[in-house]
Amino acid sequence: MAIAGRDFRELRLDDMSRNFGTVNALKGVTLTVRRGEFIALLGPSGCGKSTALNCLAGLLTLSSGSIWLDQTRIDRLKPEERGFGMVFQNYALFPHMSVRKNIAFGLSMQGRPKDEIERKVDEALAIVRLSEQGHKLPGQLSGGQQQRVAIARAIVIEPPLVLMDEPLSNLDAKLRLEMRAEIRRIHDLIGSATIYVTHDQEEALSLADRIVVMRAGEVRQVGTPEELYGRPAHADVAEFMGYRNQLRVTAARAGNQVMIRTGNVTLAGSAVEPFTEGEAVAAIRPEDLEVSANGPVEARTETSQYHGDYFYSSGRTADGAELYFRSDRRLTKGEIVRLAADPARVLVYAGGRP
Amino acid sequence: MTDAALTKAAERPPLRVRLKLRDIDGVTLLVVPAALFVLLLFIYPFAYGFVLSFKPKTGDLFANYRKFFSDPFLYDTILATFRLAIPATLINVLVSVPVALRVRRMRHRRVLTTLLVVPITLGTVLIAQGLLIYLGPQGWFNRALTLIGIGQVRLVHNYTGVMLSLIMSGFPFTFLLTLSYLTGIDPSLEQAAATLGARARARFFHIVLPLLAQGLAINMCLSFVQTFSVFPSAVLLGAPAGETRVISIAAYQAAYEQYDYSMASAVAMIMGFCQLAVVMLILAGRSFAYRGAAAGGKG
Repeated sequence: MAIAGRDFRELRLDDMSRNFGTVNALKGVTLTVRRGEFIALLGPSGCGKSTALNCLAGLLTLSSGSIWLDQTRIDRLKPEERGFGMVFQNYALFPHMSVRKNIAFGLSMQGRPKDEIERKVDEALAIVRLSEQGHKLPGQLSGGQQQRVAIARAIVIEPPLVLMDEPLSNLDAKLRLEMRAEIRRIHDLIGSATIYVTHDQEEALSLADRIVVMRAGEVRQVGTPEELYGRPAHADVAEFMGYRNQLRVTAARAGNQVMIRTGNVTLAGSAVEPFTEGEAVAAIRPEDLEVSANGPVEARTETSQYHGDYFYSSGRTADGAELYFRSDRRLTKGEIVRLAADPARVLVYAGGRP
Repeated sequence: MTDAALTKAAERPPLRVRLKLRDIDGVTLLVVPAALFVLLLFIYPFAYGFVLSFKPKTGDLFANYRKFFSDPFLYDTILATFRLAIPATLINVLVSVPVALRVRRMRHRRVLTTLLVVPITLGTVLIAQGLLIYLGPQGWFNRALTLIGIGQVRLVHNYTGVMLSLIMSGFPFTFLLTLSYLTGIDPSLEQAAATLGARARARFFHIVLPLLAQGLAINMCLSFVQTFSVFPSAVLLGAPAGETRVISIAAYQAAYEQYDYSMASAVAMIMGFCQLAVVMLILAGRSFAYRGAAAGGKG
């Protein structure tokens, strides 16, 4: 393929901060992105991930810190001088231009010759599999097609970096899965770096090489999907990665394991460093907490939802803690069950949160 | 009645339901006052005037029209009106674009908007009064000019005076309309254009202007119609017997100085025709522009 991201070694965000009045939307984000990497910025709404993306694109100026593309400082450049491709949440296709004109826009702004523009637009249309739709106006396309035009428009200028701001959030569930695979395929094909903003942990896990988890304007953890899924570094990251059971416990070391107590329940878990004895939070995925005849936890069932292979149920312990767990049959409300979890899958974090 | 007819009658939904299916219900009745208003205060007088214009005091059916187009004192008013209305419209609409572009990004937009809207609430006569005093031979403006040695400039009781008044009273309208059309353009479109390498100038000409064209056309129509029917400021600030003898003055004189209602109606019809012609021309030009949502996607 002739469309390839412009060559560079790394993009460095150095202590990048942005304030809105007295609100610190971004507090000292530092990150290095290598060429060819797919990075997901993951976090709840208002965590600063879109602010970070807009700062990268040049749509927002930094309050402090700097951005470097190899040896060039770029944070003072205007968006039109950076040459990054950006895919907007609402696609931002030019409604008065045909699909071809939309895709050609960036190239004609660079003043490329006509025949080169035609050729590149053809290639970009082929990459996003829309060769037949070139003459249409954006309004005549479906949401998924519009999304692909937006991607084609961003990659056709061969940017070193493609920025995507929740590009799938306006699509329905089925299309979202399709487009997810499509986005990763296109990323691998053109070989530039992609920074992808999402609040959907599943999307981040399945797409990214590395995930940057953000909360309240700060980077909480950077790691591969496996690292984040298996061993979140903080209780709040764990909560965001699907560790829905978060119990306030008292913890004490016992050999390689940690014994945790809450009310009259005692459970074995593993500590996430740094760890101190005493007040702690235990995080357990609902998938890891299973109904078991001899389980150490007793709970009274409240709800039980069918999820195909299993039932996703919730209940309360005698002292009122809410638990989410899986069962292989539908439980009736009020039914008493015993639950157990593999100590390796009970993560214990020091400190009093939540 | 046969059984078949009975079932058929039962199957047919009641009138209410059938009307509802065509979106006609009780709320539709709210249109009636407005329709009556238009009928009584616009369509009837218009039709009455139209018929009246073909019943001249003397002469045949078209005598009024023949008289108008053979007397330079009358037909020159068309030219005088166009000479005011076209530049005033263009200035008002074209200047409103950069101002609105800037105001759109302002944090204290409401303060400035309010300031700009004040002339609307003042009315033409108050504006004329103010201009006469301020720009007149003994006004501050000319006294200041004399003081710095430039000397007197004649700004009222001529074309300039009327033009200034048309701009002062017309600009707030065009500005507000342009501003609302402009805020309807999704800002992410310009951001997208910027990330694709378009500088401010290119963003304006490739993205903003094409999406604004539709609104500017409507804006021009409204502004033109308003300035074409200029009367008070042409009399108060202009030279109503000379260069600002606009067509509405001709109609007024026919009606209230010569008491020739038929002739006045004919002048009004000619005036209406001129307005209609320009509006049609602008709207025809509009069909070359993009018409549709100024948003970038399903959002």
